[in-house]
Amino acid sequence: MLAKRIIPCLDIKDGKVVKGVNFEGLKDVGDPIEIAKRYDQQCADEVVFLDITATYENRDIIKDLIQRAASELSIPLTVGGGIRSLDDFRMILSSGADKVSINSAAIQHPGLIKQAADEFGVQCVVVAVDAKKRKDDDGYDVYIAGGRKNTGIDLLKWVQQCEQLGAGEILLTSMDKDGTRDGFDIEMLNAVLDVVSIPVIASGGCGDKEDIVEVFEKTNCDGALAASLFHYQEATIDDVKALCAQHHIPVRRNL
Amino acid sequence: MIVIVDYNVGNLMSVQNAFLRIGVEAVVSRDIEVIRQAKGIVLPGVGTFPVAMENLIKYQLIDVLQERKEAGIPILGICLGMQILFEKGYEVQETQGLRFLKGEVKLMNVSEKIPHMGWNELMFVKKHPLIQNIKEGDYVYFVHSYMAFPSDDELVAYCEYGDQKITAIVAKDHVMGCQFHPEKSGAIGQKILLAFKEMVQ
Repeated sequence: MLAKRIIPCLDIKDGKVVKGVNFEGLKDVGDPIEIAKRYDQQCADEVVFLDITATYENRDIIKDLIQRAASELSIPLTVGGGIRSLDDFRMILSSGADKVSINSAAIQHPGLIKQAADEFGVQCVVVAVDAKKRKDDDGYDVYIAGGRKNTGIDLLKWVQQCEQLGAGEILLTSMDKDGTRDGFDIEMLNAVLDVVSIPVIASGGCGDKEDIVEVFEKTNCDGALAASLFHYQEATIDDVKALCAQHHIPVRRNL
Repeated sequence: MIVIVDYNVGNLMSVQNAFLRIGVEAVVSRDIEVIRQAKGIVLPGVGTFPVAMENLIKYQLIDVLQERKEAGIPILGICLGMQILFEKGYEVQETQGLRFLKGEVKLMNVSEKIPHMGWNELMFVKKHPLIQNIKEGDYVYFVHSYMAFPSDDELVAYCEYGDQKITAIVAKDHVMGCQFHPEKSGAIGQKILLAFKEMVQ
């Protein structure tokens, strides 16, 4: 049976992890490679590097980071943030990442999804979607530029278009929930899962391990992404998986 | 020496890195003489069946692979590299494979999401040295839309996806293949690569 994926996300700026991390025994607490390796040992199912500086002007830092991560990790690596072109895809994949996550560029140039899927395969094209409920409570709008700009595009229409263009996966972040730490946006996830047949990863709102159990019990999403929960060591990935297993949610474990 | 055949299908570095993590120096090459000296051959592969076969032809690698197979050198296909070990594939267009194993590769017929992406449990059908270090129920990482339909006697392990049994490991003598990516499958993947290394003498 296919396991539900638990995916830690690292927010990276200039090659360093931004959020405070305090792993015991780590030499450099800001080193994404060391942290990602720790997650790998804890049985993370994949790791996401999100470069929040979101420019690829300093390509050498990013290339070096991905190359080092790919050589150290024994699980898949997704890289996102600031990807604008097929060249960016090529650079990230040839450095050793397994998937590339695109957000604003996909909205601005939807053709990029198809070009990337045709050239590199659907399995490596992740479309990250940030969405927020409309004020009149009728549906959701898609936002870009790190959540600062409302595109006015309807979420459900957009995710269906992404699937048609060749997205291999949707990484869905609820802006209403992001940062609140009071649980994933079950309603938004179910709305999206009803209209697409590609994997959907839940993001935004994870505050404790019970939230991860809840999202798998109340939706058919394929994975749950969390940052703070793991960064601040409130729970290890092993802890989350142990709780999931108690609730009969299929997860891959270190046994 | 293990040679990872470079026929220009996806990222070969990840397979090389995975061998390095278990202390094995594997060489990436498409040089016929280098492949001829290999004690073990790995055929990786991400992409499509016809492109993979076209590239093997373009780099004139079919004959040397056939020759090494006949010489009894262990050969491990990974993902698309496993699929092309079969007689025929139907991805994009009907294409002849290497025909080292009996069977065909077709789009999976499942009620579940395609691609089959993520971690799934191995179920064993028969014993094989490649799985000697792991146990039934261990999880490995899959990403694929097409699957192999092998002959019963060459199926070593499968996984369950919806109501379908997905071919996971196949082998005939020293020719073997994994549909999943051992190089991305954590500690279990490393044990599989280690088992391959142990078969290479």
